[in-house]
Amino acid sequence: MSTTRRQVHLAAHFPGVNNTTIWSDPLHRSQIDFSAFEHFARTAERGRFDYLFLAEGLRLREHKGLIHDLDVVGRPNTLAVLTALAAVTSHIGLVGTLSATFNEPYELARQLATLDHLSNGRAGWNVVTSSDAFHGANFRRGGFLDHADRYTRAAEFVSLAKEFWDSWAPDGVVADRATGRFLAHDAIAPVTHRGAQFDVEGRFNVPRSPQGYPVIVQAGDSGDGRDFASQHAEVIFSRHSVFEEAKQFYTDVKGRLAGRGRTEDSLKILPAVTFALGDTEAEAAERAREDSLAQVGPKTAIAVLEQVWGVDLSDRDADGPLPEFDPDPEASITKGWAPRYPNAVQIAQAWRAQSEAEGLSIRELVIKVAGRQSFVGTPGQVAAEIDRYVQERASDGFVIVGTTSPHGLDEFVDRVIPELQERGVFRTEYEQGASLRRTLALPEPTEFVEEVRRVG
Amino acid sequence: MTRRTTIAIALDGAGWHPAAWRDPSARPTELFSPGYWIDLARTAERAGVDFLTIEDALGLQSSVLGGSDERTDQVRGRLDALLIASFVAPVTSRIGLVPTVTTTHTEPFHVATGLQTLDFASRGRAGWRVQVSAAAHESRHFGRRALPEFDLESERRGTSGLVRELFGEARDAVEVVRRLWDSWEDDAIIRDAATARFLDRDKLHYADFEGSHFSVKGPSITPRSPQGQPLVTVLAHQTVPYELAATSADLVYVTPHDDEQAASILAEVRDAEARVGRTGRPLSVLADLVVVLEATPELAAAALARLDAENGQPATSDALIFTGTPESLVERITAWTDLGYDGVRLRPARLTRDLEQLTDWVLPAFERADAAGTTLRERLGFERPANRYAAKETAA
Repeated sequence: MSTTRRQVHLAAHFPGVNNTTIWSDPLHRSQIDFSAFEHFARTAERGRFDYLFLAEGLRLREHKGLIHDLDVVGRPNTLAVLTALAAVTSHIGLVGTLSATFNEPYELARQLATLDHLSNGRAGWNVVTSSDAFHGANFRRGGFLDHADRYTRAAEFVSLAKEFWDSWAPDGVVADRATGRFLAHDAIAPVTHRGAQFDVEGRFNVPRSPQGYPVIVQAGDSGDGRDFASQHAEVIFSRHSVFEEAKQFYTDVKGRLAGRGRTEDSLKILPAVTFALGDTEAEAAERAREDSLAQVGPKTAIAVLEQVWGVDLSDRDADGPLPEFDPDPEASITKGWAPRYPNAVQIAQAWRAQSEAEGLSIRELVIKVAGRQSFVGTPGQVAAEIDRYVQERASDGFVIVGTTSPHGLDEFVDRVIPELQERGVFRTEYEQGASLRRTLALPEPTEFVEEVRRVG
Repeated sequence: MTRRTTIAIALDGAGWHPAAWRDPSARPTELFSPGYWIDLARTAERAGVDFLTIEDALGLQSSVLGGSDERTDQVRGRLDALLIASFVAPVTSRIGLVPTVTTTHTEPFHVATGLQTLDFASRGRAGWRVQVSAAAHESRHFGRRALPEFDLESERRGTSGLVRELFGEARDAVEVVRRLWDSWEDDAIIRDAATARFLDRDKLHYADFEGSHFSVKGPSITPRSPQGQPLVTVLAHQTVPYELAATSADLVYVTPHDDEQAASILAEVRDAEARVGRTGRPLSVLADLVVVLEATPELAAAALARLDAENGQPATSDALIFTGTPESLVERITAWTDLGYDGVRLRPARLTRDLEQLTDWVLPAFERADAAGTTLRERLGFERPANRYAAKETAA
């Protein structure tokens, strides 16, 4: 038996509506025309990525009371675009971010089952929660959820969705013309769920899909988030891309699995990373620098500071020093971003100290703390780093984020993927007919139990 | 004035007859598969069908109107219609795609962005068949609102307060969706490097809708789609839905059972338009017909009889079940367009037999548009509407 190396798993993140996406780059075309998504998907599939990934935001971001206009804005409906992409791809997984707060389980479960049917088993769901009135203003429920309850709702939402998905027997559709039987006897078990968040009953109206459940992805970082992940998640979309932090996170989260009766392999941890490539290390560094300058222009630099300080700083010079005063911890002039700076005063003091010690202007400081690429180097060097993280169990792979739409992934696919394949740590072909779960080398869900269905 | 006849086809499962899945031409094990829906869409597109509608609901099909049953001898289960439409969008190029999306229990915000995204994926061929859900058991799938048990008689009489409430909510939902569709002006994205602005925020507008069922702030997260306003359509059988169509839709499907009803229903639609004070383009009106088509009337009648026998009882429908030859259907369609109908929406009793009868023998009798590169609105003779927010600024 040969000792095969741990295999790398990769996801391709469609360029997001944030400053990582360099819309001023002439290569950036559109981030809303379907042709951009199609090119991106085909490129990722050509690159043999495990899945492509879409983020979601349910209200346009506002900064200082006005719609934020410095970054790319505008995105499609997640489910509709993923299902369209199912028609122009054959193997790659289709993972979308969908809110457990501003959706209802019956409807979302049937939509995900539909995506799974139409893609022959390639659906995945990145479960997110939102709890604020800002997003709630677009929805019937409104921003009703206490921040502390969001994981409670998410956990109950996912459990209920699984009850719906499990309620059709796998061989429920018989379609026997001779006997006139379309459904098997007991094909559909009624679901009754009386919980704190949901009080529903009835019969689900979509047959069991190829995967049974979509692959569940989750990005939570807090204690509650990690708990939720150890129970429900099959992939964690992590923020920890620096080696030591990544390794710590990996060890912590995987360590919680045994207590849930799960194996190490049953959960894949994929940090989000950016990259800058060059023919030489120096060229890559220069490219990285250009990208950072483009991503953190003077106005963006000030805006980042304003997110921490919570006040208007538009009179400041981005090439000048940081504010001398501390932020007001209660102030919040930015709406629509996931909270990135929860300890505003601490962060402000640390940034001020760093800028004084290293002689950094506002713009240079922001670039240093928030605008750096994860992997900078030649394709061989980047491939070597990716391989190292996976072999040393700092991650199971990565979510690759490009800088432009739709071509931001092309170079990675053309130059880095072949290096990984040559190292024997990344697939050269997809397995024919494989589901996303299988592509990710995840075990089949064991929750489907005949007896439970009958009782329910 | 020669007017091109609009011909739409309504798709549902294995066909509109409950026993259709047992027909030799049916593909009952494939109703939830990708290949089935692609084949149906391409077959219709090749024949020059103007658009497809796709049925959907927030609960299982039932032989009991407004309620549920335990039958296992009929098709049960459906895929989400908006997603079926999104799926076939990139692999078709001319046919309009009009999924059914319910306004009861759903989020208008997601409905709006879903249809905009369908419009992007199809390059401007999206439409919406607006539907309400009166079924109490469907409301229990969501558990947020108790609906009374369905009462067929008061629904038929149109006196049910429930009907008014649901259609009032539908009207609000369409209004919100239309505002969200206009919330980005066409040229909002400016990519102005000099001022570091990706978009011109003055060209984004809040929907600011406040109603009894929901309030929605906006703007949409999705930029203005190719058609600006995808086509909004409504199926109507009585006054309240006729009025919904008149206030909110571009096109209405109605269900006359004979020539006399055809004339009177058309008049009712025009009356509803006058009553609600509709301005702008009048509703496009299509007559709905379930069709069972064979080479002779006897063969068609026998086909229906066989289906009814397999079903254990004759099928019923809100629409006329037209049983006959393709030629006689062509005559019926022509007679009704002469009365003033813009065309028909045909519901094949059997998929694929009746779909093929339509594409092979009925569509060729009518002049088809060369629809490459046109949007659904253009194909049906609708202009691209001005953005309501942009228009206000010009006037000011």
